[in-house]
Amino acid sequence: MSLSLRKIAVAALAIAAISSPAFAAGEAKHPRSAGFSFEGPLGTFDQTQLQRGYKVYREVCSACHSMDLLSFRTLGERGGPFYDPSAPSAAENRFVRAIAAEAQIADIDTETGEPIMRPGIAADRFPSPWPNRTAGAAANGGAYPPDLSVMAKARKDGSNYIYSLLSGYVDPPVGLRVGAGQYYNPYMMGDMTPFWDGDPDKVPYGGFIAMPPVLSDGQVTYDDGTEATVDQMAKDVAAFITWASDPRAVERKQTGMGVLAFLAIFGGLTYASYRRIWKNVAH
Amino acid sequence: MSGHESTYVPKTGVEKWLDTRLPIVRFGADYLALPTPKNLNYWYTFGAILSICLVVQIVTGIFLAMHYQPNTEMAFASVERIMRDVNGGWLIRYVHQTGASMFFIAVYIHMLRGLYYGSYKAPREMIWILGCLIFFLMIATAFLGYVLPWGQMSYWGAEVITNLIGAIPLIGEPVLIWLRGGPAIDNATLNRFFSLHYLLPFVIFGVVVLHLWALHTAGQNNPVGILIPKERVAKDTVPFHPYYTVKDGFALILFLILFSIFVFFMPHALGHPDNYIPANPLVTPPHIVPEWYLLPFYAILRAIPDKFGGVVAMFAAIGVLFVLPWLDTSKVRSMRYRPTAKIFYAIFVVNAFVLGWCGAMLPDAPVVPGMPSFTLFDGELNSYLWLTRLSTLYYFAFFLVILPYLGLKEVPLKIPASISEPVLKGPDAMTAAAPAAPEKKG
Repeated sequence: MSLSLRKIAVAALAIAAISSPAFAAGEAKHPRSAGFSFEGPLGTFDQTQLQRGYKVYREVCSACHSMDLLSFRTLGERGGPFYDPSAPSAAENRFVRAIAAEAQIADIDTETGEPIMRPGIAADRFPSPWPNRTAGAAANGGAYPPDLSVMAKARKDGSNYIYSLLSGYVDPPVGLRVGAGQYYNPYMMGDMTPFWDGDPDKVPYGGFIAMPPVLSDGQVTYDDGTEATVDQMAKDVAAFITWASDPRAVERKQTGMGVLAFLAIFGGLTYASYRRIWKNVAH
Repeated sequence: MSGHESTYVPKTGVEKWLDTRLPIVRFGADYLALPTPKNLNYWYTFGAILSICLVVQIVTGIFLAMHYQPNTEMAFASVERIMRDVNGGWLIRYVHQTGASMFFIAVYIHMLRGLYYGSYKAPREMIWILGCLIFFLMIATAFLGYVLPWGQMSYWGAEVITNLIGAIPLIGEPVLIWLRGGPAIDNATLNRFFSLHYLLPFVIFGVVVLHLWALHTAGQNNPVGILIPKERVAKDTVPFHPYYTVKDGFALILFLILFSIFVFFMPHALGHPDNYIPANPLVTPPHIVPEWYLLPFYAILRAIPDKFGGVVAMFAAIGVLFVLPWLDTSKVRSMRYRPTAKIFYAIFVVNAFVLGWCGAMLPDAPVVPGMPSFTLFDGELNSYLWLTRLSTLYYFAFFLVILPYLGLKEVPLKIPASISEPVLKGPDAMTAAAPAAPEKKG
């Protein structure tokens, strides 16, 4: 048997590939795939889907969930839901200005210093629905609705997770004790063992969530005529939140293609030089 | 190899003037002309790759520091702001974040290469020890850096690791408070971690200079593992430039392709999603795990039932590397000629992956679900707790028992007289050769 460092490395890599650790004992159901357009190394966002998703966020989610890290102008940047190539800049984009102006932003009167509310401008951040965290928690049975700015990055398989969670509410299985102000969702992280009266070997997937099933068919009227089913709205808002979590993702992937092409050519040239330089050396 | 004659001849007036005052051009020229064994394979390119990794981390880090806010109220949002609003910020941040993982991939390959080819043996002990020091500093730097985005894993990782210091008897508690800058992890902790995270890479840079100095004094090891006698230097070596600049360069490009795939297409694959949840001292994540590159050491920490014992074992796992040159009793450097050591080495590599895997799992979880098991002392036998303990045992046994004992007992294969010999007779000519006379063993 001839064992070389190379063979050992190949074997070790194979073992690492088979045994890639599953982080966190997964009691939640594996998210369903929504088949998003932005998946994969060449995937891009569907702008009309992002616009629909923004509408769902604006009309449904934003009643309770903040998106502190988002500025209105970001909506009008290249790749954003309201990007307009004819606008000289994102701040001058008419859609962005109109959306920002709908929001009321807490500020002070520059003359008197009195607190006032003024219409938003492109540079403003999305305002929070709550004056502070404690108020948000108090209004929601003690559970503060999490900020959604980076939600797609903050969960494993985030885009599909958001889609599955929002469209995946089911009646709790018989034998599961659901507390007041709580809802059962098979895609939520949690451990149902303490609340389960049935067969101990068949503990249901999922966990409890303080958010009720908020989406219902036809809840939002889409401007492009798309039928607003729960599945459609969940998909669209998941796409919007994914974009919002990493607005540079498409730019990143497109840059990456260029970088890889450059490295491949440069690598080829370097390999040719290597062969030429070492041509007359036995090694 | 060591002490080669300088062949640099200053040509211009400026060079001549400088050469008698600060021979820096001579230094560079000698470096490039360094006679290097001509049989170095691609495993030897990771030294050059690592130096580039360090430069990439320092350069991206300097730019990140221009925009980062080391304040518990602002740190998380400032990192996101870098990726959203700073020009090219997403690239700088993802390169820095992914770069840490790439740095560790390269350093682990570099260390395992040194272990296989016996690069730690005389006269190269100082190269190895300085390398271990760099590795230790890298772990510290990576840990400090991971805290800075102030996500859930940042905060709770800092909590778990600083708590370990508190486990040291007598001095633990005061040192813990000094380290955290207060009784709990807070703004003071974040500030000092940021300061130290900026400092340590330059310390690493300094130790790298010493590492290279020692390397050029003792000379490069090579896959055959023999020292090149003076009279064979001309035949068995080539100048570093252009032979190894081009070989290292090609390997570097391949490495950068892997690096780019992670940075541009899967920047989150190596991290934990919980770190995109802002730190919350009141909510403990269900499963606190370090970054992948620290998992084997985290597993060793958890293998010991006693907290302080675990801390000692974890530091000993790194500490044992420092004394490796005196633990391995074999006089044969390269494991190419050590058939038995090679098998134990292969098990060691697999075992390192097993340890990493164990570090990511919950200790109570069964290794083979559904397999009947029984309780052994404090845990089920069929659990990651016991797999971790067995793995930890092998990790230490490899260094403390197998290498010392094997060097005395093993019969090595015949070692070629020169590094050119296996090349001229074909690659497998020597490994397939009959064992040397037993009296020459060891």
